[in-house]
Amino acid sequence: MTTPERFIKESIRSMPPSGIRKYFDLINELEGVISLGIGEPDFVTPWSIREAGIFALEQGHTHYSANAGIKELRKEIATYLDRKYKAHYNPDNEIIVTVGASEGIDLALSAILEPGDEVIVPEPSFVAYKGCVLTNGGTPVSLPLKEDNLFKIDPGALERAITNKTKAVIIPFPNNPTGSVMTGPELEEIVRVLEKKDLLIISDEIYSELTYGFEFRSMATFPSIRDRLILVNGFSKSHAMTGWRLGYVCGDARFVKHMFKIHQYALMCAPTVAQYAGIEALRNCDDEVSDMVGEYDRRRKFLLKGVRDLGLKCFEPQGAFYIFPNITSTGMTSDEFCEGLLREEKVLVIPGTAFGDSGEGYVRATYASSMENIKEALERMERFLTRRKGN
Amino acid sequence: MREILEILEKNSKATTGEITAMTGYSEAEVADAIAEFEKNGTIRGYKAVINWDKTDRDFVTALIEVKLTPQRDKGFDRMAARIYKYPQVRACYLMSGSYDLTVIVEGAGLKEVAMFVSEKLSVIDGVLSTATHFVLKKYKDGNILLEGKEDDDREAIVL
Repeated sequence: MTTPERFIKESIRSMPPSGIRKYFDLINELEGVISLGIGEPDFVTPWSIREAGIFALEQGHTHYSANAGIKELRKEIATYLDRKYKAHYNPDNEIIVTVGASEGIDLALSAILEPGDEVIVPEPSFVAYKGCVLTNGGTPVSLPLKEDNLFKIDPGALERAITNKTKAVIIPFPNNPTGSVMTGPELEEIVRVLEKKDLLIISDEIYSELTYGFEFRSMATFPSIRDRLILVNGFSKSHAMTGWRLGYVCGDARFVKHMFKIHQYALMCAPTVAQYAGIEALRNCDDEVSDMVGEYDRRRKFLLKGVRDLGLKCFEPQGAFYIFPNITSTGMTSDEFCEGLLREEKVLVIPGTAFGDSGEGYVRATYASSMENIKEALERMERFLTRRKGN
Repeated sequence: MREILEILEKNSKATTGEITAMTGYSEAEVADAIAEFEKNGTIRGYKAVINWDKTDRDFVTALIEVKLTPQRDKGFDRMAARIYKYPQVRACYLMSGSYDLTVIVEGAGLKEVAMFVSEKLSVIDGVLSTATHFVLKKYKDGNILLEGKEDDDREAIVL
């Protein structure tokens, strides 16, 4: 091989590009596409948070912060986790402010994985879990989640999936792409399995604020597994702050100090201006968050009813901002459905297969889009499905 | 049921069917609730928010601070009624602080508003003084931006 690719390590070279890529290329060719594809809030960051960021710039807070993050922000995170979820972390040595929650996932995995180590990844789920396991030299092991079980982890299936090679398990609720959330009692059953096994637990709770109709229970509230639980969360979804790249990772001090080394060498610190904005977000923005959650909830019900009225089977999601309808009744694969819908009616939804093989037969549509867009998208989907039925 | 009001406050054109889908109430429950809100005066009306600057209509708005002498027994209410009953008065609020009423008046031009203040408002018994401030530009009204908007600039990203 004479290309510079020869330097790329095998595990990266053999990684396929994301299956979503081709849809993005298609969007660029088409005009007037309504996207229910992007997994981020359509809301702009609440003004008081933006204003705090502007003020931080005016004040000249343009330097690095402490590696672990501004102390005041770490204290606010500790207070917030206690206030919201009764989860307790020491801001001095159990919290690292990260460049988005995704850095937290990567930090935990890169701190633990050695060749041959397996990580149990429930799927369908966020595309980065498997990606991060692979880039860190581990082996992802899929734990398929079933619609019959409302896309929740079955304790028995989890127990069977754990082998002596399993180093960690990822708990991804509220879930992207299904919108599934596990209740407190259901998590207790999972914890009972995990208590018996010697492995690290990474709980990605980035959508914790976005639940509808019930109280979210954080995995960080189970004392029996606290010393080997890594809690990942951030500001992107709750406070509509995706572009600020601000998240945090929490855990037992004896574990966090090692993740800290990777963070300080790879990233130094999260963006300082974003951290100042984050303080305002946690301190003063509960009302803005609950307004956004209320709006998401209305759109959730509207979109869910809409796709059900189109004759698609769809379980009721209780978290995040996605619905995950079952499209097998159309006779199309996920990919055929999404490509057809995009080409013929210019509506983008994402094939379930982008989130793992077990996503075949489903598509992900987000309701992080205006009510007008959702209404128009439903009308276009109806035309698409009617036409397909006629053929 | 408060949710129905919140939806209508944002978009008074939302249909019963849409509100039904958004809230999970039945269509009959939504229709009944709206009828009741209209009947008991919780919903006072439905209207469009218009940026008249986009049109060729001549139009000025003024905010007038009014000081009053309160009347025995009736306080400010009766005097306020004598003022807000004029159709030119778009809004009227009783205030704390250094003056008593804020009166928002609209008219076809400066002269029309000035005439209203001098001939109608300041001659009312009990009006001690007025201070008229003309609005130069409206940026936001009723929680709606009157110009510009924050476009959806989300880019395609794999997640």
